[in-house]
Amino acid sequence: MTTLFGLCDCNNFYASCERVFNPSLNGKPVVVLSNNDGCVIARSNEAKALGIQMGEPFFKIRNLVEHNQLYAFSSNYVLYGDMSDRVMETLSLFTPNVEVYSIDECFLDLGNFYDLDLKSYAREIKRKVWRCTGIPVSLGVAPTKALAKVANKLAKKSAKANGVLVLTEPYHIQKALEVTKIEDVWGVGRQYAKFLKNHHINTALDFTNASENWIRKHMTVVGVRLHKELRGESCLELDEVAPPKKGICTSRSFGKKLTTFNDVLEATASYAAKCARKLRNQKSCAKLVTVFVQTNPFSENDRQYYNSKTICMPVATNSDIELIHYATMALKAIFKPHYWYKKSGVIVTEIVPEHQIQFDLLDTVDREKHSNLMQVIDGLTDRFGRNKVQVAAQGVSKSWILKSDYKSPCYTTRIAELPIIYNLS
Amino acid sequence: MSNAKVIPIASHALEVLDFEVVEAITLPLFASYISAGFPSPADDYLEDKIDLGKYLVQSPKSTFMMRVRGDSMKDANINEGDLLVIDKDLDPVDGQSVVCFLDGSFTVKTFRKINNKLYLYPANPAYKPIEITEDMDMRVWGVVIWIIHKPVKL
Repeated sequence: MTTLFGLCDCNNFYASCERVFNPSLNGKPVVVLSNNDGCVIARSNEAKALGIQMGEPFFKIRNLVEHNQLYAFSSNYVLYGDMSDRVMETLSLFTPNVEVYSIDECFLDLGNFYDLDLKSYAREIKRKVWRCTGIPVSLGVAPTKALAKVANKLAKKSAKANGVLVLTEPYHIQKALEVTKIEDVWGVGRQYAKFLKNHHINTALDFTNASENWIRKHMTVVGVRLHKELRGESCLELDEVAPPKKGICTSRSFGKKLTTFNDVLEATASYAAKCARKLRNQKSCAKLVTVFVQTNPFSENDRQYYNSKTICMPVATNSDIELIHYATMALKAIFKPHYWYKKSGVIVTEIVPEHQIQFDLLDTVDREKHSNLMQVIDGLTDRFGRNKVQVAAQGVSKSWILKSDYKSPCYTTRIAELPIIYNLS
Repeated sequence: MSNAKVIPIASHALEVLDFEVVEAITLPLFASYISAGFPSPADDYLEDKIDLGKYLVQSPKSTFMMRVRGDSMKDANINEGDLLVIDKDLDPVDGQSVVCFLDGSFTVKTFRKINNKLYLYPANPAYKPIEITEDMDMRVWGVVIWIIHKPVKL
């Protein structure tokens, strides 16, 4: 158990990734849009200053984009994923134990560095990530994970901290908790924040001053853990290896409204294949497959329909062919004609490790053959790119593919899309 | 962190070319065939294949690639269409080829430090050097560590 945590997160990560390869965007307002260019999911500081909200629908800001007062990008997860790998790898230079918490956040075990000048060590981490990747980060250091989160938030806010804040002195921790609003505390959702404010708990400090019994009564064991963590008692370890996921969901809005069974099936089959690949990547199989479809709740003129169906498969599987087969059965059960569908999804649950599958006595599927076939398909996918080899049900027309009209090139992962140097003068 | 990739074929189907795990172009040092149960005398001497990716890229986290258009560095062996391998984590040294961002686009030039002044020199007599001044907001983006091009046909 470590006694000192760092939390490093990338500032406005998606917007920062775009800027690395397009430095003319420095100092200009940048936003990144969700799948299908629907709404804003990331904003540079300049875009925040323009008053653009998280989740703002794109059509409301299109005007600004067309007048070059705002720069919008479709999400480019291939680029962001690669840049994230580079950031995490750079962070691994500074401590052997890291927990990649999300695409742009990472906990570091700094327990062995108490004797160092922590502040300059943290500065060096920030500087090195900037040099290697061009991504600006903020770093909070404190004795527990929840306090490291508090430190990180303040590191970003305070001009004095300038992106790095070390909280090890009790007096500093106290001051930090005092200026942290309760709704900004890690894990306190909107409902709990409202509830706590009703009980005159407005800051993180108020929260630590409440009695543990009161917290246990009203906020379960999760609240108690958070309470201890903020009081400096570490109870959340560093999870160095992400546990295999308990459920995997692949779901997307369609690029346009779909109404025929075949179109919705194509999309759904592709999502099922994606789930299967994710299962194979983590060496597990799933027993249950759920399919859902829905119309667009924001289209007031459309008749609304939502439904889902779960099928328990005879033997847990991670084969494209089988998952698509059962997902198709589920879709047939819930699909109704004459609706404008906007979204479908496939969720697999009851996940077990590959080597612990319960076989069925009456099982007629040649599992070894499937498994070999899937290995070949994965190999071809890695080599030639996505959707070059697929189960026929996934279709070739792909009319349901999402809009991404403002996508930047995959600068770091595709030879055909590398940045261009202009040596014309 | 990422999957191993192989150099792909169709350009639009290009997948991640991730240096750290590229199953790169490998040159077998020994080809050993087991024949009818006789062990090959070369088996004892098998070594790992040469991994060109590892050789070219020592620091995958900070290494990027760009493609060149134009001829302003032709005398420094950087020509139209070449691939440049660039390390962002290096400090430029006088005389090195560097990538910088200037007037809204990337350009590669020779980095020069003369009497405490900084210059970007082209390697082509047709073009003029540029002095870097404070107000230019010029930042070196990275240092060129390899130039990749095919041999010239004479």
